[in-house]
Amino acid sequence: MSAFFAMGGYGAYVWPAYAVFFIVLIADYLAPGLRRRRNLRELRARLARQSARQQRSPAP
Amino acid sequence: MANWIPLWLHKLGSPPIFYRFAGTLRPWALALALLLGAAALYGGLVLAPADYQQGDAYRIIFIHVPSAWMSLFVYGVMAVASFIALVWRIKLAEVVAMESAPIGAAFTFITLVTGSLWGKPMWGTWWTWDARLTSELVLLFLYLGVIGLYHSFEDRRQGARAAAFLAIIGIINVPIVHFSVNWWNTLHQGSTVRILGPSKMSGDMLWPLLTMMAATKFYYIASLFGRVRTDLLAMESGKDWVRQIAEEEAKS
Repeated sequence: MSAFFAMGGYGAYVWPAYAVFFIVLIADYLAPGLRRRRNLRELRARLARQSARQQRSPAP
Repeated sequence: MANWIPLWLHKLGSPPIFYRFAGTLRPWALALALLLGAAALYGGLVLAPADYQQGDAYRIIFIHVPSAWMSLFVYGVMAVASFIALVWRIKLAEVVAMESAPIGAAFTFITLVTGSLWGKPMWGTWWTWDARLTSELVLLFLYLGVIGLYHSFEDRRQGARAAAFLAIIGIINVPIVHFSVNWWNTLHQGSTVRILGPSKMSGDMLWPLLTMMAATKFYYIASLFGRVRTDLLAMESGKDWVRQIAEEEAKS
């Protein structure tokens, strides 16, 4: 098992390469989900403000 | 729109329909990407033998080369979508082009970093200004330029059109990256995998490489669809269908 992690002495190059691959792709995959949740939250807040304003001064 | 385009394709261009379509396909694309990726990693890191010249260091190839192919493939998709966006003003094409850019930039970045980590033990240097490396770096700057130009406009659609124009001009760099190892004398090795004719690589190294290539393609679909869905919601936030989604998600 430790021979596998040593990668014939090249472990210090092989594993960081794989780490970069996964970290960058995971970040890329998660980023739009966070943006989406923020957008929807803002939209709900805007809708709530709108309906509150309409209750205060009902349209003629 | 020309009437030879089938109706279903026309409908797919409408934001609420594409939103649902992408939402259905995305989990399947991600599952395929993970499954194929796991198989490729097992094949590449465990089953494949060490290289007779490079030892185990060559195993970086299983992520470096698929990422490099994706950096060019995504650029191609972005340029085609940009062209469609500029000519026919289709909102969905704009979104596909603009959301491809960050994914392509991510793959280009991975290519450069893994290449650097491979170059240090094999060439004795992290970086050299040779044709392949330099043109790939230019590709990263093109992606960053498209992203930057898109965000520098107040109006999203105006920004998308300007950035789409840059994306189309930048396509000239794609063949330069691809053929750089043939056109110039470079430190970077030539292609070992060929579409025409037999590849210069043994089968137990080739199948993990090609499997990882398929995995990254499916990953691109999954990531792109997630990004496009987010963008469509933001662009259409005044519409009823987005309002419904916002209210449904508040309940859950």
